[in-house]
Amino acid sequence: MDFLNTHLLSLILFLPTIAALVILFLPSGETKLLRWSAFFASLIPFVLTLVLWNSFDPNKTGFQFQETYPWYEALNSSLHLGVDGISLSMVLLTTLLTPLAILASFSVTDRVKPYMMLFLFLETGMLGVFMALDLLIFFVFWEIGLVPMYFLINQWGSANKDYASLKFMIYTMGGSLGLLLAVQMLGVLFGTYDLVTLYERWNALDPSAILLGMPVHTVKTIAFWAFTIAFAIKVPVWPFHTWLPDAHTEAPTAGSMILAGVLLKLGAYGFLRLVLPFYPVEAKMFAGALAFLAVAAIVFGAFAAFGQTDFKRLVAYSSINHMGFVVLGIAAAAAAAGTADAHIAMNGAVLQMFNHGLSAAGMFFMVGVIYERTHTRDLEKFGGLFPLVPVYGGILIFMSMASLGLPGLNGFVSEFLVVRGAYPVLTVYTAIAMLGLLFTGAYILKGIMKVLHGPMNEHWAHGEHKLTEINTREILVVVPLMALILVIGIWPAWILEVINKAVVALF
Amino acid sequence: MTTETLIWLIPLPPLLAFFLIVLFTNKNKALSHTVGVGAAFLSWLGSMIVFARAIGVEHLGAHPFESSINWLPLGDTWLKVGVLVDPTTAAVLFFVAWTIFMIFLYSVGYHNFGQPAGDHDHMGLPPHGATVTDKDGHKHAVLSVEPMYSRFFAFIGLFAFGMYTLVLSDNLLTLFVGWEIMGLCSYLLIGFWYAKPSARAAGIKAFMTTRIGDVFMLLGIAFLYSATGTLTFREIFTEETLHVLGSTPTGVFGLSVAGLISILLFIGTIGKSAQWPLHVWLPDAMEGPTPVSAMIHAATMVSAGVYAVIRMFPLLTADFHGHELTTAMSVVAFIGAFTAIFAATIAVAQNDIKRVLAYSTISQLGFMIAALGMGAYVAAVFHLITHAFFKALLFLGSGSVIHGMEHGVLHTGNHHVDPQDMFNMGGLRKKMPITFWTFLIGGFALSGFPIITAGFWSKDEILADAFGHGHWVVFITLATAAFLTAFYTMRQITLTFLGEPRTKEAEHAHETPWTMTTPLVVLAFFAVTYGWVGIPEHFPLLGGIVPNWFHEFVGGTLAEHPEALEFSWVPLLTSLGVALGGLFFGWLAYRNVTSVEQDKLQIPFLKNKYYFDEAYDFLFIQPAFWFSEVFVSKWMDKGVIDSILHIFGPTTGGIGSAIRNYFDVPVVNRFFGDGSADVTYWIGKNLRPIQTGRIQQYLILSMVVLFVVGGLVYFLLLA
Repeated sequence: MDFLNTHLLSLILFLPTIAALVILFLPSGETKLLRWSAFFASLIPFVLTLVLWNSFDPNKTGFQFQETYPWYEALNSSLHLGVDGISLSMVLLTTLLTPLAILASFSVTDRVKPYMMLFLFLETGMLGVFMALDLLIFFVFWEIGLVPMYFLINQWGSANKDYASLKFMIYTMGGSLGLLLAVQMLGVLFGTYDLVTLYERWNALDPSAILLGMPVHTVKTIAFWAFTIAFAIKVPVWPFHTWLPDAHTEAPTAGSMILAGVLLKLGAYGFLRLVLPFYPVEAKMFAGALAFLAVAAIVFGAFAAFGQTDFKRLVAYSSINHMGFVVLGIAAAAAAAGTADAHIAMNGAVLQMFNHGLSAAGMFFMVGVIYERTHTRDLEKFGGLFPLVPVYGGILIFMSMASLGLPGLNGFVSEFLVVRGAYPVLTVYTAIAMLGLLFTGAYILKGIMKVLHGPMNEHWAHGEHKLTEINTREILVVVPLMALILVIGIWPAWILEVINKAVVALF
Repeated sequence: MTTETLIWLIPLPPLLAFFLIVLFTNKNKALSHTVGVGAAFLSWLGSMIVFARAIGVEHLGAHPFESSINWLPLGDTWLKVGVLVDPTTAAVLFFVAWTIFMIFLYSVGYHNFGQPAGDHDHMGLPPHGATVTDKDGHKHAVLSVEPMYSRFFAFIGLFAFGMYTLVLSDNLLTLFVGWEIMGLCSYLLIGFWYAKPSARAAGIKAFMTTRIGDVFMLLGIAFLYSATGTLTFREIFTEETLHVLGSTPTGVFGLSVAGLISILLFIGTIGKSAQWPLHVWLPDAMEGPTPVSAMIHAATMVSAGVYAVIRMFPLLTADFHGHELTTAMSVVAFIGAFTAIFAATIAVAQNDIKRVLAYSTISQLGFMIAALGMGAYVAAVFHLITHAFFKALLFLGSGSVIHGMEHGVLHTGNHHVDPQDMFNMGGLRKKMPITFWTFLIGGFALSGFPIITAGFWSKDEILADAFGHGHWVVFITLATAAFLTAFYTMRQITLTFLGEPRTKEAEHAHETPWTMTTPLVVLAFFAVTYGWVGIPEHFPLLGGIVPNWFHEFVGGTLAEHPEALEFSWVPLLTSLGVALGGLFFGWLAYRNVTSVEQDKLQIPFLKNKYYFDEAYDFLFIQPAFWFSEVFVSKWMDKGVIDSILHIFGPTTGGIGSAIRNYFDVPVVNRFFGDGSADVTYWIGKNLRPIQTGRIQQYLILSMVVLFVVGGLVYFLLLA
């Protein structure tokens, strides 16, 4: 028990990898065995995360459950792990969505072993980013997460997978270049990569000092943008967003669930963990620019989603729209650092990350369910399917409403907090963002209208094309998401309390 | 149970019913409607108990029932949510509970419970009727049960939950939650028969149009929250806070903070209560089943919009000192009055029995909004309540008429006859007496038939208020609208019930079952009697016989009890004149009309609702499609952004191949690599002839080299 308590984070972090290595030695033909072992293996980190959540004390400031192991001693970099309220909620999101994504992948029949292994590797990569308290480790996990996702899209994707996977990989790596340089600069300057130490020493720098032959302010501005662009691509913020619809559309269903559910959060998390604490002054200075990009993402994301004829692309663009609110909240928090407005906006941003993880994963899964049966994503080819699949239709409407931000469901709480926090600080931007919120309604209703409502497309009603109802396994994938969506919508305090304490302590 | 606990519980039964029906009982129609109607009954019962307790409390306005809990931790504080019952809430709760309960009951009959399943009925389409064979082997066409019967009760359950939540909220946030849940329900219920493209479009139109208002309202809520740090009504409506809000300028159109917030919130109401210019969704909402129309038009949705303004009334009037209307109030009054007359002119040219009522709703809501804009708080609440009763009655009555007509249509088998077109009706008073008499009461109440109907008292109070405070323009506008109201109402009654049947279908119309007529009778009762609780004290003869309970009770909600108005004959005579005159001319013009061609008011401009739908389509909807499909998706994302990204690939490749083609290949490979090899080879090749293998030649060559080198060394170095 004691071992468990002192090694909780590293267990959660590395169990998926160990499980993947075990799966490597299972017979490739036993697909059932492979699926179930991957599923159960991914449940263990989830259960441990519940233990973690339970023993986490939101009232303590700073990082908890810290563990440090020597890693690259020559560079003074160590495997330093720890969580606060913000990372804890992200860890929960990751360990929750991974088993669901694996369960959603039970229909995959092609090369099951490497597929399942990649998912488990992916989980370690994502968790590492959320837990890392060492810049170099952060960067390592940041890049590790890319590789499994690249292969998932490239090997199990649909028609245009080569283009999409390459775009995804190259774009993100291109963005990380600046990040890597900036990380190294910090490491060289201070001789350590430890986040907690860096927070203090970096911010304690005399602004008038000369660093690397330049004034501190200039150095910081350059490094700020290096970080910002890397994370902006990942979120993605307009105009760095076009990799996302392609990657999503081509990725297998479970890949999209994780991509939208967790990977996009890595970018936003980077803003929270690195950009705002390291560059409060620069962030405040450029908050307007960030808000502009965020609002562009909200508005153009909504319009672009409305303009799609491909169901999955529509949902993919909705992610851009929703993540825009996260960035708007971050911009507001940067502009008003230290005030109640900043706390509210930041609470909203973090909660929106969690909420979008649930609803986007759910939406992508619902798209996947119908794609698996009809082998088309073209909205024009559906129509009037509700009587054929009433249960599926009901769940789709529920998920759509969660995505739309219907009050009573989770998205509303976080969007309201972001709007409330941003309004006094970035009034005009917030007002323009409302246009995006309006068109959120338009594209959500378009999806429902084209798929479920209207005269029935007889093609799917009879014979070999007859559309079959969502099955029990698939229902089991969405039920946890629906339950959480509803619970957070009605009683958000349980999670917001954890987030709020961390937010107040940090900003 | 304490009253506060009871108030918390009131909204829950319909919500529970929603989940029960969706998850468990949806296969069983009888069980589903039992759950649904039972839940409506429980909420009704709770509301009546709360209402009874509320009227028993003295100074309820100062000491309302309230209770709240911590909901959201934000920074160092909590956002609280809770319930509140003050006099206005109690009065509104009364009508909401009654109308919702009646509509639930009515729905059982309306959806043909107990009838056989249809021959060709599909989910997503209205029932088309079933054929039954009687003992003698004759086949009869009869009404068939709604295929999505259970689902209907689930949806209206959720709808009722939204309304109860909204009414009982003590804060703007949960009010907004209820508000939006109703938005969802209106979408689901207007588009209930989703397989019909028209119903599908109407649902989307309703949702999107109201959402325009909602996003402004959300901004208003955010503004209010950041300006005051709270969303709880009673914390905002303190004298101090209101004074600060009312006296801080915003720099936007000269509005104070209170004014700007009020306008932002009011735009929400414009959407929800279908005021001009966001009125376009409400007539299309007729695509839904008739109980839904009653639900939307009376019990819930549009009333909620007015209720929101009523709730925010102290904020709206924060910088009002009793004389000149503030900018915000003027805007509200203008929108209300303009909508009242605007919608009334459209209503006179409609032939669909429900569409007439739809436009009358828009117009009547305009009366209430105008009243609020003029500061006539009590009159607005009064008209809201009386209108809810008689409009629910009228809609349910029209549903009963349509139902009766459908019976006729099934009998004749001629499905080309539109059972909603009033010109296909006539003479229904004999076939459907209960429906006729109750509809007559509702229609007269809507027209403001003097003394006996509730509508007279409430409408008269609004007119009296407008006159008494010297708002001439509003007074004349509303009086004209009231005349038109009486006119089109009588037109409707005449065309539907009076005269002789104009079609075979109307001849075979049939009175509807008790589940439908009972609600009509109950609502008719209130459409008459509810007016008597608010008879002004100074009214000739009648004033003072019954105390003006309504004014006393509801007025107590406000911090300053509004003064009773001085009596004046002008508005009284005006309302008598316009009501009776409108009714008379309506009857006169339509008593002998036998076909639509004889109707002189079929003016295209009015029939087509001033072409607002077409204009909006051209101005907003088509551009929005173009902007999203072409500009954003094609030009911006695929065109500009991706093109720039795609430059990176070829550029990198170009740089790579340039380096290869212009440096690596020619310089490194050819020049240095191949070149050095070539040179070596060439030298070797050319030196080959001297490698002859003859010793003599080698010796001569060595000699030559020796002499040459020796000579060079001698001359260059030693000399």
